[in-house]
Parts: sequence; structure tokens; C-alpha cells
Amino acid sequence: MEAKTLFDKIWDSHVVRHIDEGPDVIYIDRHYIHEVTSPQAFNGLNDRAIPVFRPEKTLATADHNIPTLNQDQEIKDELSRNQVRKLEENCSKYGIELFGIGHPNNGIVHVIGPELGKTLPGMTIVCGDSHTSTHGAFGTVAFGIGTSEVEMVLATQCIMQAKPAKMRITVNGKLQKGVTAKDVIMYIISMVSASGATGYFVEYAGSVIRSLSMEARMTICNMSIEMGARGGLIAPDEITYEYLKRVPSLAGIFPSSGFPEKWNDLKSDPDAIFDSELEFRGDLINPMITYGTNPGMGMAIDGTIPETDGAKQEGAASFLKSLDYMGFKPGMKLLGHPVDYVFVGSCTNGRIEDLRAFAEMVKGRKKASNITALIVPGSRMVEKQAIREGLTGILKEAGFELRQPGCSSCLAMNEDKIPPGKYAVSTSNRNFEGRQGPGSKTLLASPLTAAAAAITGKITDPRDFIN
Amino acid sequence: MSKTKFDILRSTCVPLLYENVDTDQIIPARFLSATSREGFGENLFRDWRFSKSGAVNIDFILNNPEYSGSILVAGKNFGCGSSREHAVWAVFDYGFRAVVSSFFADIFKNNALNNGLLPVVIPEKDLGTLLSCVTKDPETIVTIDLHRQLLIAPAAQLSVSFEINPYKKECLLKGLDDIDYLLGIQNHIIDYELIKSK
Repeated sequence: MEAKTLFDKIWDSHVVRHIDEGPDVIYIDRHYIHEVTSPQAFNGLNDRAIPVFRPEKTLATADHNIPTLNQDQEIKDELSRNQVRKLEENCSKYGIELFGIGHPNNGIVHVIGPELGKTLPGMTIVCGDSHTSTHGAFGTVAFGIGTSEVEMVLATQCIMQAKPAKMRITVNGKLQKGVTAKDVIMYIISMVSASGATGYFVEYAGSVIRSLSMEARMTICNMSIEMGARGGLIAPDEITYEYLKRVPSLAGIFPSSGFPEKWNDLKSDPDAIFDSELEFRGDLINPMITYGTNPGMGMAIDGTIPETDGAKQEGAASFLKSLDYMGFKPGMKLLGHPVDYVFVGSCTNGRIEDLRAFAEMVKGRKKASNITALIVPGSRMVEKQAIREGLTGILKEAGFELRQPGCSSCLAMNEDKIPPGKYAVSTSNRNFEGRQGPGSKTLLASPLTAAAAAITGKITDPRDFIN
Repeated sequence: MSKTKFDILRSTCVPLLYENVDTDQIIPARFLSATSREGFGENLFRDWRFSKSGAVNIDFILNNPEYSGSILVAGKNFGCGSSREHAVWAVFDYGFRAVVSSFFADIFKNNALNNGLLPVVIPEKDLGTLLSCVTKDPETIVTIDLHRQLLIAPAAQLSVSFEINPYKKECLLKGLDDIDYLLGIQNHIIDYELIKSK
């Protein structure tokens, strides 16, 4: 028997048909949808006068375009209101379960899926959103798709994809204090570059990865797309099992008698061959910050902006344009640089552990007067848990307010925009030009680094606040 | 349902001298609230074409009347970032029918192929030559022949072959739709479900 990687095992077992010199027809176990990338797909179904093939395998939420305050009131922006309404109409018409605005389980699609026990090891999962790779943390083949493909999955529960190549990224060692999963993935991307994993599906392995909680693993897998990877996954283990055992909707499904036997094979065979293998040492990773306008342009918080990114003509022009946009220069250090906004949230770092980390650091301290903060929970369940644990009290005492769930400032489709020219330390996943609002300047970081900046009002090493 | 066909395109080009052009630049998030596929061309590269006040940015290549055509030539890793298919709709709606680069982000490439916008991958060295030639002479004619998988630019002394998946090539040449194909094999999909449930 040929040795297979975990990715091979899941992909191959979901092939309905292989097209000669063409893509595979892959069966999709779970289809997540949201209000922005689904309307045109439903229009397509309507034009063809066909139903959704497997509505029970589809789950919908409104997250990208909704406000994060006063969610009980009607959405002010007409286009947003219209788009959210369209999703409600389509879900009703086609029989799809919708966790819409106001629903007790509403939230960012990649946060609520796992919370609801809808993401399970061994599944194939797609969504019209590039951060679908988040679900790979559970040992799934999960990836983002375009609206035409959303229509394809709605119509047939299948998608046509060429099988990507396989890359394994191993991180061994031990993380320093103050270094989080976010710093690990930002470090990896800075070493691989924003396009370095294009064409590959990544498996994350090694002692550092194994030591991470499920939420931390989700942060890692979430940003796989930022190095161009098709997706990223981590083999399920005891930590995965313990998390799933505690999901309310899965109560009774997972016996307390031990790791499910059917998952025993959900790991790469010892002699499986990957098309590319990279190794990094966890001890060498510091808290990270981006200085440019793609997630690959990152460095250690106390680092110095490089002269170039080492490329030829086009590369140098793009690099300098990027620095120019940010108002930075090669040779600059970022420590101590003033900051205007802090955003904590998104499908990357909007879960309870992220809010706990932020609250722990700001506890007993005060928000800097020059900072405007947006602290956005990833879901209503995260919000409720934050209240139960007393985190909202801690935040309020320090001068922060917990908003309501949504994608918010990550892509700023709603009113949570960073104004032109302002610097924002953000726990989200992209720092492209104008990502958080036209003219805004994004510095990606972990919740700890965001907390440190929120207290001092400038870029600060979070390790300064850790004993 | 048939889709847009592509076979041979002969046109002048617009050179975009940047690498890693992401989908937030191609179509900023604030324009994604539409519920149909039309009209996105108006907002293509919105924040590069226009300043915050709405004034035309004369330095940006799309606003330079000397350059026009249905072929966009761009630096490597074009279309990285979000999966928003709206980026492809914007490029297509603006008038481009092919994008030439040395490297495309996977999701953008798939989305393009699903919408009749041909992503043409040529070696980095040839891309550099082409960008240089087109920038110097906006009248440079480029022919993209999907049948022979060739990009020809006599003025740049280029005749480069490009790769494309044979299945996708056939779909583009004939205007075939993946969904029609899948609906046609629905019995096989149901068979698969039955086997899996055992």
C-alpha cells in the first residue's frame, strides 16, 4: 500500500470522479455560506430553476457586512441591508439553516462552524471566503472558493478542483513567553513569502503545533492563504477530541471512552512523501509585526525594516511603493511608533482565548488616550462567555468596550473603517493597501501585541508586560 | 447554459508594473454589497484610479489614454488575497479578456477560468521583456492563441507557449459550464453518497 499524507487520504476518499487530464470531482461534506458571496450563486440556481441539492449540509450566517453595534436595530446602509435580506430570503426559499443577525449562535462563519460542531475531522469543507482554511485545524480539507463554485456546490454538493501539491511545515521547539500562534504563522509567512506556498496544500506538524489549543490551531490554519496555500491542516489528536467532546451540540456523540477509532488513520503515514518540506524552530520566533502591505512583509517587533525584499526591478518598485504607503523607510525600527487604532477580532483572533489574552494584559491598566479601540467578539457565544468570565468588566475598567460579533474592521465593509492616514494594530489577517478603509495603515499582530499598543499608544513589545 | 468563449485574442495591452496585486486593490471591499454580477468594471482598481476626493489620479496607468486594450499584463502573484470572484468580474467588465503574468494566486486563477477571463502564465524573463516593450510602445500588438497555447508579440520578439489544463481549455474554447457537467453526472454523485453512508 502506498504511503499517504493526511491530505491525500481525505482528498482521495472524496473523489466522485476523476476527469482525464482535468480536475477531480470532489464531494463536499460541509458548505458554509455568508451574505456577500452567495447572492449571485442563488441567482444562478434560480435561473436554472433547480433546488439546493443538499440543504442539510449547508449552513449560513451574516457576518461580513453587518454592524457591530445596535444589531437589534435595522441596518442603516441600504446596500448592506439589502444583501442581508437577500440571504434571509434565499435561505428561506431553499431550506438552509441560517444563523442570522440576532440569532444566539450568529457570528463569523469560521468561528461559529466549529462552535456548533459542524466542522469534524476528515471532512471536506468549502465556503466563499478565503479563510475557510481555518477549519483545517480539525484535520479537514477546507478551502475558499469563488461565487461560481458556491453555485456549483449548492447545485450538486460537488466541486471540480485540480489536486494541489503537498507541503509540510514543521515547527519544533518551545515558544518563548509572549509568543502566540499568531506570531508563529506570521513568522512562517514572512519566511515563505505571500506567494511561496501557491499551488500547495499545507500540513502543519511538529512539537510547537502539537502543543497548541484548538483555537490557536485555528489561528495558524486561518492564515494559510496568506502565503498562497490552497489550505492548511493539522492532524486531529487528543486535544481535538477534548474540544469536540465539550461542544454542546455534539453531546453524547463522542464517548468519553477514548479517541474515536475511526480517526486513527487521520494522520500522514510515517513514510509519506511531501512535494515540499520546510522546518522552523519555535524558540527563534519573536512577537511579530508587519511593516508593509502584504502579510509576508513582517518582522520581529524589535526588528529593523529591510532594505529590499531581495527581488529584481518589479520587486523593488513594489517593495518601495509599499513602504511609501505605510510612511516607513528601510532601516527604520517600529518600536515606539505612535498608533491610532487597535482592532481585536476577526476569524483569525476573535475567539475567547484571544479576548482572555487581551483582557489579562490590560487588567489593572488603562487604554492610552490616543487610541480608539474596536474589540469585536467572533460570535454571540464568545460574547456570552466573555461576559460570564467577567472579561467585559475587566475591559470596561480599562476603558475598552466589547462590541457585537461580525467581521468588522478586518475588511471594513461596514462602518467600522479605519480613517485615512491612521495606523491600526490589528489582530486580523490582511494588511493590503486600504484593507481596513481607504488610506488606512494596517500593522498585523497578535492579541498580546495589540494589548500592549492599546495601553502605551505606540508599538510596544508585549514581553515588556510579562513577568 | 453556455458561458463566454475564448479562442484567439489580438490586442494592445495595458502594463501594470506591480507585483502582488491583491484583490482588495482590484475591487475594494466596500463595493461587494451588490447582489448581481454586473457593473463592477466601474470600480476596478478604484483606489488607484481615483483619489479619496474622487479626483482622477493621472499617474495611474488605466488613466493614461496612451494605453488601452483587452490584455492586462501584470507583475507576479496577480490576484492574491481574498477569494472574491467580484475581482474577476471587475477585470472582465472593464474590458479585459486576458491577464498575463508569471504567476497567479490559485483562487483568482480558478475564478478567472470560470468566467471566460484567460490567465496566461509565461516565464518571468519573458514577462519582463513584454512589460518593457509594451511600456515603451503602447501600440504593441499581442496575440493570445488558446488553441496553440501561444502568446505572440513580434515587436518584442516573443513567441511563448503557456500551460493550461486541457479540461479548462476545452471549456473555454466551447463555452462549456461545469455545473451542466455536474448536473449530468448526478447519478454518480448519489451512488457516491450511498457508498459513503455504509
